[in-house]
Formats: sequence, C-alpha cells, structure tokens
Amino acid sequence: MNILSTITFLPIIGVILLIFLNKDNPRLLKGVTFIITIIDFLLSLPLFLNFRSTSDMQFVERIPWIEQYGITYHVGIDGISLFLVLLTTLLSMISVLACWQDIQKKVKEFMICLLFLETGMIGVFVSLDLFLFYCFWEVMLIPMYLLIGIWGSPNRRIYAAVKFFLYTMFGSLLMLVAILYLYFFNGSQTGTYTFDLLELYKLTIPYNIQVWLFLAFALAFAIKVPMFPFHTWLPDAHTEAPTVGSVLLAAVLLKMGTYGFLRFNLPLFPSASIDFIPLISILALIGIIYGALVAMVQKDVKRLVAFSSVSHLGFVMLGLFTFTVQGISGGILQMLNHGFSTGALFLIVGMLYERRHTRLIDEFGGLSKVMPIYATFFMIVTLSSIGLPGLNGFVGEFLILLGTFKVNVTYAVFAATGVILSAVYMLWMFQRVMFGEVTKEENRKLKDLSLREIIVLIPIILFIIQIGVYPKPYLSRMEPTVKNLIAHVYNKADVRR
Amino acid sequence: MLQPIVPELIILGTALIVLLLDLFITEKNFLGYLSLFGVIVALFFSLSPVTPFGSFFSSMLIVDRFTIFFDLLFLLAASITILLSLHYLTIEENVHGEYYTLLLLATLGMMLMVKAADLVIVFLGIETLSLSIYILAGYLRTEAKSNESAMKYFLLGAFSTAFLLYGIALIYGATGSTNLSAIATYIKETNLLTNPLLLVSMGLILIGFGFKVSMVPFHMWTPDVYEGAPTSITAFMAVGVKAAAFSSFLRVFLSSFPELRPTWVELLWVLSVLTMTVGNVIAISQDNIKRMLAYSSIAHAGYLMVGMIAGGELGISGMLYYLLAYTLMNLGAFGVVIAYGTKTEENVLIKDYAGLGFRYPLLGFCMSIFMFSLAGIPPLSGFVAKFYIFSSAIKEGYIWLTIIGVMNSLISVYYYLRITVLMYMREPEKEVVLSLSNPALIAALVVTTFFTIQMGVFPNAYMELARASVMMGR
Repeated sequence: MNILSTITFLPIIGVILLIFLNKDNPRLLKGVTFIITIIDFLLSLPLFLNFRSTSDMQFVERIPWIEQYGITYHVGIDGISLFLVLLTTLLSMISVLACWQDIQKKVKEFMICLLFLETGMIGVFVSLDLFLFYCFWEVMLIPMYLLIGIWGSPNRRIYAAVKFFLYTMFGSLLMLVAILYLYFFNGSQTGTYTFDLLELYKLTIPYNIQVWLFLAFALAFAIKVPMFPFHTWLPDAHTEAPTVGSVLLAAVLLKMGTYGFLRFNLPLFPSASIDFIPLISILALIGIIYGALVAMVQKDVKRLVAFSSVSHLGFVMLGLFTFTVQGISGGILQMLNHGFSTGALFLIVGMLYERRHTRLIDEFGGLSKVMPIYATFFMIVTLSSIGLPGLNGFVGEFLILLGTFKVNVTYAVFAATGVILSAVYMLWMFQRVMFGEVTKEENRKLKDLSLREIIVLIPIILFIIQIGVYPKPYLSRMEPTVKNLIAHVYNKADVRR
Repeated sequence: MLQPIVPELIILGTALIVLLLDLFITEKNFLGYLSLFGVIVALFFSLSPVTPFGSFFSSMLIVDRFTIFFDLLFLLAASITILLSLHYLTIEENVHGEYYTLLLLATLGMMLMVKAADLVIVFLGIETLSLSIYILAGYLRTEAKSNESAMKYFLLGAFSTAFLLYGIALIYGATGSTNLSAIATYIKETNLLTNPLLLVSMGLILIGFGFKVSMVPFHMWTPDVYEGAPTSITAFMAVGVKAAAFSSFLRVFLSSFPELRPTWVELLWVLSVLTMTVGNVIAISQDNIKRMLAYSSIAHAGYLMVGMIAGGELGISGMLYYLLAYTLMNLGAFGVVIAYGTKTEENVLIKDYAGLGFRYPLLGFCMSIFMFSLAGIPPLSGFVAKFYIFSSAIKEGYIWLTIIGVMNSLISVYYYLRITVLMYMREPEKEVVLSLSNPALIAALVVTTFFTIQMGVFPNAYMELARASVMMGR
C-alpha cells in the first residue's frame, strides 16, 4: 500500500485498537499510542531518505473517490510538504511521551483525540485534491477542539476551544465557497470538472477573479498562521490548551496556514499574489513587531510563547512573500525550525507547570540553581528561538532576511529589529525565571528533569543543533520545488489584466 | 390495475389491521412490530421492478423515479420512527395501537402527496398526513403541552391548508384544470405569465407549502409544536412531513410553474435567506433541546430552498441527497433525545446533557456524530449534503446566496457544538440513569449513526441515486 496513505491512516488503526482496550489501564493505552506514533515516525523516515531531487510530486497515489464530481483521493509530497509531514510524525511521537504524567483522567479519549489529530494533520499536508484537503482541514478541528476543551486549564478552556473552532471555521467556510467557484470555473474553461490541484495549477484565471479567490483562501490561511489582525484566537487557545495540545497547535497546526499560502495561493493565483505582496509583507512585519512587543509584557510564560509564535510566523510569511529562492527556502526551513523551537518551549513550560501548577513569571526565579539540566535545555531552546548563529533559528532567519533584502530593503530593516526584540523578550523572561536568587521557597524543592523528560527533549535539541550546523540536506531537498514554484508564479503572472 | 398504488394499499391495510388487532391484543408492542413489518413489505414493493412508471387513474397519480426515491425516504423515516416509538411509548407508559395506525396513515398521506399529478390529490395527501399528525401531536393526553401543541398545529395547519385550497381554486379559475402538467401546458400556450390570478394563486400555494416546510415567516408554529409533541412524533414531523412537503413543493412548482421560474426564484431567494438566518440565530438562545432542534430544522429548510433556487439537475439532486442525509441525522438526534429520557424525567433541557459523553460514551458518540453532521463538518453526510447544495448554487451563479449559506452554517456550528461542549466538557449536575436495552432503540441509533458516517465518506452511490431520481415523469 502507498506509504503516504499508510502514514496518514495508521493512527486510525491505532484508534480502532484503543477502542477495544480497557480504559482502566492507562499505561497500556499510552503504550499502544506511543508505539503507533513511533511506527508512524519510522515509516515517514524513508520519505526523507528516498526523496529525489525533482520538483514533481513524489510517493503519489491517486484513486477516484467521488467520480461524477471529479473528486479523487490524490496524495503526494514535494519539497515543501516533506518536512511538514516529518515534523508532524516526530512531534506526535514526542507528544505522547510528553503527556505521560500530565494526563491522568479520561486517558483513552485523550489518546484517541491525539491519534485522530495526527491523521488530520498529515492528511492536510499530503492532499493534492481540493475536496480532500478541505475534508482533512475541517476534520482536524474537532480533535483539537476536544483537546483544548476537555483537558485544558480549568478557567477558560471552553471559551478558548469554541473561539478556536468558530474562528478557524469562519475562514475555511469562505475558502469552501472559493474552492467551489474554482471547480466550476475550471469546468467552464476546460470542460473537465475536477478538484485535482495539479490540474487546477494549469488554469489561467482572469485577474479580477483571482483577487477574490486569493482573498478567500488567504483569509482562511491568515487566520491559521495567524497573521495580524486575525491572531486573537491564538493566545487563548495556546494558554488554555494542555501542554501537548499547545505543542501540536504551535508546531504543526500553525504551519498549515503558511503551507496553504505556498500550496494554494501562490501557484493558483500568481498575478494576485504578486500584487498582494505589499499587503501581506506589511501585515507580516506588523505581526513580527507587534507580536514581539506584546510578548514582552506578558506575565504568563505560555502566553509569552504564544505571542512569540505570532512574531516568528510573521518572519515566515515575510520570507514566503519575497518570491525568492532564499526567502521561500528560509520560510520553509523556519516553519520546521519554529516547530522544533516553539514545540520545545511549550514542552519546557509544561514541565514547569507540572511541578508548580502556575505559569506566572513572578512565581519563579533562580531556578537554574535548582534544576541545572532543565536550565541547559531551556537555554538552548531559547537561543534557538532567538536565532543565535549555530542553531537552527539563525539559518532560517538569515535566509529570510537575505531574501527580503533583495526585494525591499525597508522591510528587511524592520524585520531585523524584530530579531532584536525577540532576543529582548526571550532573554528577559529567561533571566526572570531562571537566573538570580531563588525568591520563592517552593522553588527550592523542584525536581530536575526526569529521564522521560530528557528523552522527550533530546531529539528536538539534536535537531536544533543539527539544522543550525548543517542545513544542507533540508535545503537541497526543498530547492527544486521552490525554484519550480517561483518559475511557475512568474510565468503565469505574465498573463495579467 | 391497482399495481401503481400497491405500496399505499399495503400501508393502508397494515394500518387497518393494526387498528383492528388493537381491540384484541394486550401486548401493544406487537402492533408496533407489525406496523414495522408492513412498512418493510411496502418498501419492498415500492422498490420492486414490476412497479410501472407513468401516470394512472386518469392522470391523477404519477409514478416515476422521483416518487420511488421519496417512497424510500418516507418508509425509512416511518420505520425508524416506529423503532424509536417502541422505546418511547414504553417509557411514557402510554402504548396504544391507534398510535401506529395514525403513523401509518400519515405515511400513506406522504406517499400520496409525492405521487400526485393533480392538485386535488396533493390536497388529499396533505390532509391525510396532517390530520393524522394533529392527533399524534396531542397523543400524550394528560400533558398540557401536548394538547397545546396539537391545538396550535391544527389551527395553524387548517388555516394554511385553506390558503392552499384557495390557491388551487384560483389556478383552476385561471387555467381551467387542476392537473399539474395541464396547467403548465396551458400557461405556456397562452403565455399567461403575468395574469394576476395566476400569480396570486402561486403565492397562496407557496404559503400553504411554506407552512408545512417551516419557511419563515410561516414557521411560528414549529418550535411550540415540536416541543410539546411526543418526541417520536417530533422526529417524524421534522423529517417525514418536511420531506413530503418539499417533495410536493418541488413537483408542483417544477411541473406546473416552470415558466414562472424567474418570479418565484426571486421570492424564494429572500425567503431562503430569512429562513436560514432566523432559524440559526434563534436556535442559539434556546435552552430546550427539542426547541433547538426545531429551529435547526427551520434553518435546514432554508438550506434546502437554496437547492430549489439553484435548480437544474445538480440543485434538485442536491436537495434529494440532502433530504436523505437530513432524515437520518435528524432521526438520530431525536433518537438520542428519546434515549435520554426516563419515566420520571424527560431531560429535555440542554443543560441536562452535561457529562453525557463520559457517562454513556456510546450514546455521547452517536450524539456527537449527529451534531457534527448537522453542523456540516466533514467527512459526515451533513457536510456532503451542504457541499452538494452549495455547489449547485455556485454553478448557477448565486455566489452571495452561498456566502450567506456558509455563514449561517458557521452560526449553526455554535449551537450544535454547544451540545458536545456540555457532553464532554462539563460535569454532570444530576444523576441520570438510563435503560438503553430496548433492541428497537439500539437498532434505530445504530442504523442512523452508521449511515450518517457512511453516506459522508462514500457518497457516490447515494449521489447517483439522487441524480437518477430527479427525472420527473420519466
């Protein structure tokens, strides 16, 4: 069976297994889930190793599904989605291990939600049929909504979950209208009615229609990224979600927005994309700076990291909309990097929360004396988030700034200030939490990282260092796809107005 | 000679036998199973290849693929309602044979409505259906709410049927016939498009159907009647009566008034937007689940009207698929409401659902499937149905209508999701102990849940069925 389909649907097999297991044996449930996610991750490794340097879709599978509508089950990956699939499987596996202690009640349902979420996430990245993509996009909302609403922090989890669901759905419904319009437009132009993305790429759409379709898709993705001003669901969702929910939300779900721009907006609506560069870039810049400034004044560590996501993904969007190889490659790499750094940050914050049941910065102080190993890991991840050369964040940011500088020096200058600001809020937070004197007595008794927690963080730390030192394997796999995308956009955009 | 109406005769026969046996039999549930058996036999005959196509009884009745689809739908609705009733009446300790008789007679009325080739038969079918439902709505004789519901439905129903009748009379005056195709021929030949008599009669007939379908502004009866009636009858009303009304609505307007399409499409556009919006917005503030589902069914009528506005093969087949999916998921939702009731406590307040998801996981799962499907979330049948209808609207160029439709879908997500919030994210406030052992209830819930999922993930066969059934008169 096709490897992508296996990777996508293996978690569902896991769900079926879990259904039959007794819910009074949490260890067994967690163990089975963990094994399933490990197998899924191992299955996804050959994707990386056997990836060929072409810009075509690879590992493709195409089965007719609802034929009279031209809906097919069409999956495949290229240089963009490859890394996102790997990120998903790796982080899902780590998440199961991370929530081992955290989740004690309703374990069975939690694990089922987690596995469903994994299927939804991978499905979004591998779909090459608009209908299939839309199905996975929506399906993925339900488990995340349940994760936040049932296992989130008691005060505002329901509010955050419902807000997340409705806000995201608002964008996606407008995207549905655009998808339907595209389908009928294609039918009227070419005679064949299909939802297949690769067929739709060949379409030339009149400019004014492109603009509306671009906006409809862009709204859905802008809400997901999240871009300013559609970011207001994020701080609540992240803060109220359980640790693992935040990790997957930040590391994977947010990438779907940026991925959507690359996979749909740019290739389908090239002329509109080029004309929208100023708007998107400025919104991205606002996101970078605003996100950083607001992050600075947060009292809750998790909320600070949430706003830092807004800021970092502003960088990604800026890079994507430079339409240069460096910018887009930097953007994709930064998607991966952000997944690692912010995922790790949420895990680290979660570990602190498990010990002290508070996330307020004022409650901490001087923890590096009490938990040295934790401090080390925390420091590495912080530096990665800031973009210290030698770690992964720097490579991504550097490439993005390079691409931006080529296109518009002013944008690059503003973006660079964002780098400085991120150093400010992260280091200041780190200093208040970890350095100085141990001001609160409770903190003296905190235990350092357990073996399980170390195992959770090690893979991420290794990747953080490896990507920072030797990013070539990643960049080389991205390059053909990125180059092809840019060429496609510029070729098609010649036909305008 | 009687072949075209064999299914109807079987239903009638079963109804009468049940009524008769009611005098002798004490184990009333047997009558329920007997009526179920009758329905299944009728279903078999309805789908059998010897059913002839064409018009019969001097062009009073017509049998075509359209009628076969709807017969299937009605009999399906009736059978699931009977299954739910077997449990519900036992819980309410109020089992009488007449209930099943009336249910069967209502089904007979519905089947007659869709087979009607003449406005008089439409009226006949509506009356047969309505009178049975009026009585059934007041079945719980000792409850004031049930009496009120029956009274309201009867008064308003009779009033609206009067509108329908007046419209039929005016059509006869304008065109000289009550036969659907004869009317169309007359209109076309004499180019009668702006005759005021015709327009008024079309408006009156629209009002008559609008009431039955719960179109705004003829919807005021729906929440009260749905809330007061016994829940199994509410379920039947929400799916069966609505489907029958839509089938007749479609047939009359598409067969008789195709030339007047530009006029009634504009009118329907406004009514559809009103219906969707009023239904969805008011549903948000409800605290009784039966009322919430009543307003939700009003909203769904609005979505169905979008299909009618779009028209064409895609629009109408979209409506057929939607009605099938809607029947199943709505019956399922009401089925859960029935399952959640006990002898002493009805548990129909929305806040009673707190904690259901973990106390009775399977029941909670079923309810979640129905709620998500009603909200239109993939990969369930509700999503495919909305997708189908909205794509037909876009194809015909009704972009704004589609945008309004999807925004309404979004609003509806809030109140459907609220149920899942309560089921899974809140602690139960009171102890609810259910007896869920009745095989009829379990069968009904299993069938509806399974098909809600299956129709969504593999909709091909059902879409083909809908497409094939659109051919009217062929």
